[in-house]
Amino acid sequence: MPSFIPVVPALKFLRMPDFGGRTFSFPRVCLAWFFLALTLCLGARAATEPASDAVVRQQLVKTLLSEGEEQQTNLLELAGTGSKLVRDVLTAWTRDGVYLYDAPDSTKVPIMLEDQTDADGKARAIRIIDGQFLKDDKGQELRFASADLTAADTDMRLRSAIQQTLDALALSDPNPDARRSAILKLGNSGKPKNIALLQARLEKETNGEVKKSLNEAIALLQLGSSDPAIQISAVQKLAALDCIGSLDNLKRLAVDPKTSPSVVKETKLAISGIEQHIQWVNFFGTIFRGLSLGSVLLVVALGLAITFGLMGVINMAHGEMIAVGAYTCYVVQNIFGSGFGFTINLPFSIAGHQLGFGMHLPGLNATGWFYESYFLFALPLSFLMAALAGLVIERSVIRFLYRRPLESLLATWGISLVMQQCFRMVFGANNVQVNSPSWMLGHFSAHDVLFGYNRVFVIAFAIVIVIGTWLLLTKTPLGLLIRAVMQNRNMASCIGVRTDRVNMLTFAFGSGLAGLAGSFLSQIGNVGPSMGQDHIVNAFMIVVVGGVGSIVGTIYSAVGVGTGDQVLQQVTGSPVAGKIVMLVLIILFLQWKPGGLFAIRSRSLD
Amino acid sequence: MRRKATKFELWSVAIAAFVMIVLLPALNVTPEGSFLHVSNFTINLYGKYLCYGLLAISVDLLWGYTGLLSLGQALFFTLGGYMMGMYLMRMIGNLGQYHQPIPDFLVFLGWNRLPEFWKPFGSFPFAFLMALLLPGTLALVFGFLAFRSRIRGVYFAILTQALTYAAMLLFFRNSLLMGGNNGFTDFKFIFGYDLRNPATQRGLYIVTAATVLAVFLGCRWLSRTKFGLVQQAIRDSENRVLFSGYAAGNYKLFVFVVAALIGSVGGMLFVPQVGIINPSEMGPDKSLEAVVWVAVGGRGTLLGPILGAFGVNAFKSWATRAYPDLWQIFLGALFVLVTLFMPKGLVGLPEQLRGLKERFAARNKIKNEPAAPVSGAAEELAKTK
Repeated sequence: MPSFIPVVPALKFLRMPDFGGRTFSFPRVCLAWFFLALTLCLGARAATEPASDAVVRQQLVKTLLSEGEEQQTNLLELAGTGSKLVRDVLTAWTRDGVYLYDAPDSTKVPIMLEDQTDADGKARAIRIIDGQFLKDDKGQELRFASADLTAADTDMRLRSAIQQTLDALALSDPNPDARRSAILKLGNSGKPKNIALLQARLEKETNGEVKKSLNEAIALLQLGSSDPAIQISAVQKLAALDCIGSLDNLKRLAVDPKTSPSVVKETKLAISGIEQHIQWVNFFGTIFRGLSLGSVLLVVALGLAITFGLMGVINMAHGEMIAVGAYTCYVVQNIFGSGFGFTINLPFSIAGHQLGFGMHLPGLNATGWFYESYFLFALPLSFLMAALAGLVIERSVIRFLYRRPLESLLATWGISLVMQQCFRMVFGANNVQVNSPSWMLGHFSAHDVLFGYNRVFVIAFAIVIVIGTWLLLTKTPLGLLIRAVMQNRNMASCIGVRTDRVNMLTFAFGSGLAGLAGSFLSQIGNVGPSMGQDHIVNAFMIVVVGGVGSIVGTIYSAVGVGTGDQVLQQVTGSPVAGKIVMLVLIILFLQWKPGGLFAIRSRSLD
Repeated sequence: MRRKATKFELWSVAIAAFVMIVLLPALNVTPEGSFLHVSNFTINLYGKYLCYGLLAISVDLLWGYTGLLSLGQALFFTLGGYMMGMYLMRMIGNLGQYHQPIPDFLVFLGWNRLPEFWKPFGSFPFAFLMALLLPGTLALVFGFLAFRSRIRGVYFAILTQALTYAAMLLFFRNSLLMGGNNGFTDFKFIFGYDLRNPATQRGLYIVTAATVLAVFLGCRWLSRTKFGLVQQAIRDSENRVLFSGYAAGNYKLFVFVVAALIGSVGGMLFVPQVGIINPSEMGPDKSLEAVVWVAVGGRGTLLGPILGAFGVNAFKSWATRAYPDLWQIFLGALFVLVTLFMPKGLVGLPEQLRGLKERFAARNKIKNEPAAPVSGAAEELAKTK
């Protein structure tokens, strides 16, 4: 055997000394992972720019103190600033929350009161001109109750001007989602005068999605026009845009007796077009949700496909391995935050001393993007923790039960009870809060189909770990050993493989995959002591349907069951009924293919 | 195989039956402060354990005698309980919270009359018949499908688990009109007797204990017939049985249905004594627990499951009170230890100890007589195999 090829100790101990071969380097993989994590963190930094406050504040004060026509023009100028401050002040103004304070030098100072009031119901006053607290000559902060002050008054005309400014402001909000919701509001307002506002925005707008919303809103408002030609062009535009939000308006228009027949005809066409579009959207939405559910199932079942499918161990504690991963995620999150600690008092005492133990891990008190990157550190850690737990279980219990698979079920169920109670003692009986990093929240939409980032992430994640598992099993020496041992333990042992160590590592690997699944589930579901129980039945079903011993089968069955579940939910109209039908279908499916999708062919009888 | 029962076995069963069926209820009647008095609570608790014993026998009949590990026996137990519960719900009459002639939860769901399928449950014979028919038919259909395609071993275990899981989800739904989450509770009367009356509970206890004895004897008889032998042969080597020309599937199907019926009867007796039935009783964990009772007691024996159900539940009752935070750890550890070190359960313990003693003696012999180690080592090797 060539001795110049580096052999990592971790693998060497699996073989009798005479064996050699190429190996992959675990440390190198870790390093790569770390850098990947780091790059992602840096990329996740959000760029927010503070508005030039001072100018805006001056404009605001000018507007507040001016009167009549001048005030109106000042207001309209404010609309161009796009500042959040303006929005807050103007909103407060319409609600009589802006006051004019008569300063000792007989000038009027526009102020707002802090939300927080003291025992007398008084609050500190904030000067709009500079955002500082209002002080008297001695530098003492002044406090007022709202009744003590005169509010800057508004009349009907002013209010409507303010409202218009606010609408325009919302339209120029830097956040596209906020812009879109403002547009939606205007579109549904039914006030034709808003068309001009929207059209003005349309000229400046650069974002494609927002442009589409603008067009829809304009068309919606044009529906209310009295000119049939404009109505028809609006209806056609809405139909071309497949605007789901306009369906109600169109239906109302179609049955309105005042609508001219030509418009009604066009409207009906548009309605049927849009309804078809909705069906497509629902279809693709269902497929996407099915894929993401399938990915969750796959991530959960993949570890089991190895421990149960390949090794034949019925690991009822697999769910608790998932929980180990999820709780690791929680602990890592708390270490990045304010720290983590627990104490357990045992109901025993020796010589008057209560027995118990506890632990405290100090927190990093990280904030911002660094805090949000905790998840990337939690992923590998959750794998390691669950793998470690799996290792301990394999060494202490399961290795004695390889020849009694049905009894491994009982022992591992006992382990699962013990672990659940340990979780309860350390983390409490209630669910714990795991915060998703902000880059996993939110969604994007394409053709009205919503794609949640976390769902997209789970699909990508499932693909990555499937590829990783496949590479490990087929391209590495360890994988070769694993496959050899799983196919024929005795033969592998005869040719010099240390089968019990391979068993140990395989079980640890399967458990580690469960841990990864857990860290992921912590982002989309609840994390609690019995969270594993929610997944265990499904996971076993997936493996059985796919064919015990076949990883490929597990993949197909997870995606198939996930999609089927979502489709059946749509068809039956209730999640639970969908699940029940799915389970019954699975039972019937196994009639047809008792060995699962990819049954391992063998000539042996049992 | 077909040995006669020893006198010792006969006597111990007879004495146990006498104590459980006659003595305990009799002691329950003695005055409260008396030294011999058995409290109502104990009678009620033992009644519950005996119902679990029936469930355990049904698991053992499948697992211990036929080699079919079913993780869904609690489903049949709960189904029987639900049928009984429907009868008991009807017996409440209009004494419920809403004082309506229909069960409270139906009022709550906005019903003002009884759904059609609820109507016949006013009669006990019908409820009893349904408690046998429904689980029996379910077992027949499921078993037929499963055994036809030769689903066995782990697959069978997981499929039965999926079945009970699906049923649990179904029963959690309010639209099934079976009480949803809360199930049935607040029972008042059975055959016109007040359920809160100790005498009624005593009567139920006696019926339960007598049923356990009858089932015990019945299963004992069954396991000694030719049928029973084939059944055990299937457990030991299904293929040989098939090659010998027996339709193993039909045997398994029959046992599966019988086990379902025994479980269902257990559930029927369970509900009036415990006073509540809800879908969580058919959760996968309940079935697993029943399997554990059998494992602890000793599978492949008939006394084992009853002992296991009694022992584990008594241990659980004690541990939940003494160490409310730790009892699950105790219970879990018990399962692990029993699986690892007592593969034959409590019943097999004497035999196991005897084996250990012999091995120990053999080893000592080797130490003391180093001149002739060969035979001793061979003997030891043969024992460990």
